[in-house]
Amino acid sequence: MDLTQLTAHELSDLLARRETSAVELVKAFSDRIDQVEENVKAFNILTRDKALEQAAKLDDKLARGEKPGPLEGIPMALKDNMCTKGVPTTCSSKILKSFVPPYNATVVERLAQAGSIMLGKLNLDEFAMGSSTENSAFAKTRNPWDLERVPGGSSGGAVASVSADEVVFALGSDTGGSIRQPAAFCGVVGLKPTYGYVSRFGLIAFASSLDQIGTLTKDVTDCALVMNVIAGHDPKDSTSAPVDKPDFTKSLINDIKGMRIGIPREYFGVGIDPEVDKVIRQAIAKLEELGAVVEECSLPHTEYAMPTYYLIAPAECSSNLARYDGVRYGYRAPESGDVVGMFKKSRAEGFGPEVKRRIMLGTYALSSGYYDAYYLKALKVRTLIKQDFDQAFEKFDLLLSPTAPTPAFKFGEKSANPLAMYLSDICTVPANLAGIPAISVPCGFADGLPVGLHLMGKAFDEGTLLRVAYTFEQNTDYHKVKPSLGVK
Amino acid sequence: MKISKEQVEHVAMLARLELTEAEKETYTEQLNSILEYAAVLDKLDTKDVPPTAHPLPLHNVFRDDVVKPSISQEEALANAPDQEDGFFKVPKIV
Amino acid sequence: MLGDFEVVAGVEVHAELATKTKIFCGCTTEFGGEQNTHVCPVCLGLPGVLPVLNRQVVEYAIKTGLALNSEIAEFSKFDRKNYYYPDLPKNYQTSQYDLPICLGGYVEIEVDGVKKRIGITRVHMEEDAGKLVHSGATISTSDVSFVDYNRTGVPLLEIVSEPDLRSVDETVAYLEKLVQILDYIEVSDCRMEQGSVRFDVNVSLRPKGSDKFGIRTETKNLNSFSSVRRCMEYEIERQAEILSEGGQVIQETRTWDEGKGITLSLRSKEEAHDYRYFPEPDLVPMVIERKWVERVRESMPELPDSRRQRLLGLGLSAYDAGVITSSRDLAEFFDQALAKFKDAKTLANWVMGDFLGLLKAKGLLVQSSPVKPEGLAELLTLVENGTISGKIAKTVIGEMFETGKGAAEIVKEKGLVQISDTSALAGIIDEVVNSNPQSVADFKAGKERAIGFLVGQVMKETKGQANPGLVNKLLKEKLETM
Repeated sequence: MDLTQLTAHELSDLLARRETSAVELVKAFSDRIDQVEENVKAFNILTRDKALEQAAKLDDKLARGEKPGPLEGIPMALKDNMCTKGVPTTCSSKILKSFVPPYNATVVERLAQAGSIMLGKLNLDEFAMGSSTENSAFAKTRNPWDLERVPGGSSGGAVASVSADEVVFALGSDTGGSIRQPAAFCGVVGLKPTYGYVSRFGLIAFASSLDQIGTLTKDVTDCALVMNVIAGHDPKDSTSAPVDKPDFTKSLINDIKGMRIGIPREYFGVGIDPEVDKVIRQAIAKLEELGAVVEECSLPHTEYAMPTYYLIAPAECSSNLARYDGVRYGYRAPESGDVVGMFKKSRAEGFGPEVKRRIMLGTYALSSGYYDAYYLKALKVRTLIKQDFDQAFEKFDLLLSPTAPTPAFKFGEKSANPLAMYLSDICTVPANLAGIPAISVPCGFADGLPVGLHLMGKAFDEGTLLRVAYTFEQNTDYHKVKPSLGVK
Repeated sequence: MKISKEQVEHVAMLARLELTEAEKETYTEQLNSILEYAAVLDKLDTKDVPPTAHPLPLHNVFRDDVVKPSISQEEALANAPDQEDGFFKVPKIV
Repeated sequence: MLGDFEVVAGVEVHAELATKTKIFCGCTTEFGGEQNTHVCPVCLGLPGVLPVLNRQVVEYAIKTGLALNSEIAEFSKFDRKNYYYPDLPKNYQTSQYDLPICLGGYVEIEVDGVKKRIGITRVHMEEDAGKLVHSGATISTSDVSFVDYNRTGVPLLEIVSEPDLRSVDETVAYLEKLVQILDYIEVSDCRMEQGSVRFDVNVSLRPKGSDKFGIRTETKNLNSFSSVRRCMEYEIERQAEILSEGGQVIQETRTWDEGKGITLSLRSKEEAHDYRYFPEPDLVPMVIERKWVERVRESMPELPDSRRQRLLGLGLSAYDAGVITSSRDLAEFFDQALAKFKDAKTLANWVMGDFLGLLKAKGLLVQSSPVKPEGLAELLTLVENGTISGKIAKTVIGEMFETGKGAAEIVKEKGLVQISDTSALAGIIDEVVNSNPQSVADFKAGKERAIGFLVGQVMKETKGQANPGLVNKLLKEKLETM
């Protein structure tokens, strides 16, 4: 039995029965990393020594007859934009290359409390800005299904590590699709929870009103288990929802009879790959066969979501990233004259081109004389987009679309044209603008590359998403297919 | 609206980014194409639409006025590119 | 110098609030402390941190709004003010832009007996920045600067006045009044020497009779009333000179050089400000319920004006009432003493005279006085009921300041009780009458004043302990029988 191919709930059973140990798990995943990391390049940093120490302590505890919690002893890793005390946190940016936080993100604290074992920090598009992880200042993470293709982004390292069995699960962040789009590209389950469900404290901000931490897992059950640990109110985050956290595993019900699913036609428009379209249609048919009531619907403001997003996100980012100035932490350009010169040079040398482009765009959108025309306008259109969803959810329990219009693309294919790259998030961005939960689950293959089924739900109704995703998964085998780790 | 190279230079100054000539050209072009794309929003009449700044309609989130421990000076300065006598050190201001 | 020009001024006041913790994190707001020790990831603006608003800041802002007759907004929010400066950790200041917590209001001032209302435009909450220490004498002669973030995130109220001020005197009167109010309602400790209240003064001139505003300058970060006075006088003269020579004042921000007594232009050429305000996405809006406002209103202490009126009603002179209400601590002291000793005028005389005199001599503040309000009341009661004389009381209060002991205790210990016993005084009176025949003769000859001398002699003999009224009476009786 290859331990690295198992899910968290399977491994937890083995640990509980003492058929494996935490140390054995860390070693197995460590070996797997040694074996595949050279090709995948998912990690920015490995923390194997700490992991082994933590695992040994846990084994002592288990030896005394204590039962492990659901995620206890489970090896995982974090997108490198979540602060880890004493472990470098870089955002895959030169400007934060040497930054070691003196504090832990709330999710890091919660996972530590649950006994999960961190193996390292995962690559991303610099500051989570991108859709291919090509914008990392450090490495190009590769898609385990085809090493010549991108894993998607910005949580490219996180999905690739899960897809390549280097970890059992990972946490990513999703501002416009950064969990779901790569989850679709690499054939894993990716959930972006409702805005405010998971604390953002310690998540290095890209766009504060859109960012949300979420899960990357090998199946829907693991997704529920990880949510049980990371979700819930956090007094350190003013935008954290003061709601009671349910037991998400209660939603793992293999039955969707009578469930009303809306298919917004705007998500199947221009740009959708015919193979992807075919796979999604088959998935819809499968859900109908399982008893769901499926009906086409319209979210009329969908075409405005991308431009709205590309004004709001850069505006917030331009302010969030102002703090990287070479004074308190991070990169400082040498010999750069007075303080203004030092700021300008440090930022010019420390940030990559995509980050600078968005800072420029956002600064412009907020600047005097343009605020109303761009930023305020975008906030108003955001209201209209939210209202589209409110109306649709009066009629439907959830909405369904492809996660991305195409399967994973090749390196360099879109990096010359920012707009073309942005459009790969066209199906995922609206959920961020509306703050609603959405999940991507593997639903088939287009030309041998994974395709993701995208389900969007009402705010705080992750339960319905999990139930439909679980039912689909229990009645299909796509999540069990493993990547070749070669070139197609 | 067309953004000029001079505007790009002004924006770069506001954002404290030193740009090369080539970057100025590229950003002028790219910002224009993104803003052109964004112009589609002008089609919508949003006169009476309220803006959404937060996706969740929360209000009045407060903290009690209770002192929590600070971090040490050493921790505060641990990541500083330059420091002296417990201060962050910066080049001349003007 | 002013000639045919009229002064138009407005002031922005920044007051640090007297909360225990910073506005968005639990770090202490205590002044001083070794550099960069009152900091945490949140106020240092480390990557990933988030702010959580201190409820007390909002409460103090509401309280201030009520004291300034402002309207308390039902809906208010925070915004980011974006600009780069090394003392600003996030390179934006979390402040309030279009929906401040308080709108409108006024402060009433009196200059040369003329009352005037100075309009308040708005009051908003924001965070303070850190402190820069320069290696050289000034910012422009320093090769390097050092940053201390202890002050970063200390809560501030910015109180913006209307351009209603027409003279230096009005401006200073307005600021004194405003600071007095902030002190009274205890939202700020108002320690100006620690920079906890700072003033930005906008000044312009216009021809007398004009209703248009002239071009103004803003001088930032003044931290005493005297600096405001000197700065304004300088700036008025500077602008008047420019205008009378047909020149134009440049609209700009200036800085005050306390040593040289001049204002200087502050802006470098790169500073074309564009703050790019937008709603703070990391904080949620505030809905200020009226219940909350009412609760704060009920907890409001009596404000200086109404306090002053009350003291005038008790028969105090305008001057005395003004001095006693000048600080909340003194006014509280007075009121607490008044609760135990009802003669307001006598009390005021003592407070204004001996009490403040001794405090000043000892370099003490009212709140650290060894003589408490109850102590002073006790002393004055001893005078009132004839236990001791007023003269003895002056000695006793000095003793009270020295030892911290109570008045009765001192009087008892030192045997200072007034001699009101007729038989005890009779002998001394006889002696004094016998040894001063000339005065007796004078009295008999109709010189009423001579009895004063004789009373003085008796007081001297009794070391001031005799009851002067009684001595007077007994002496008269004695002389009349002679």
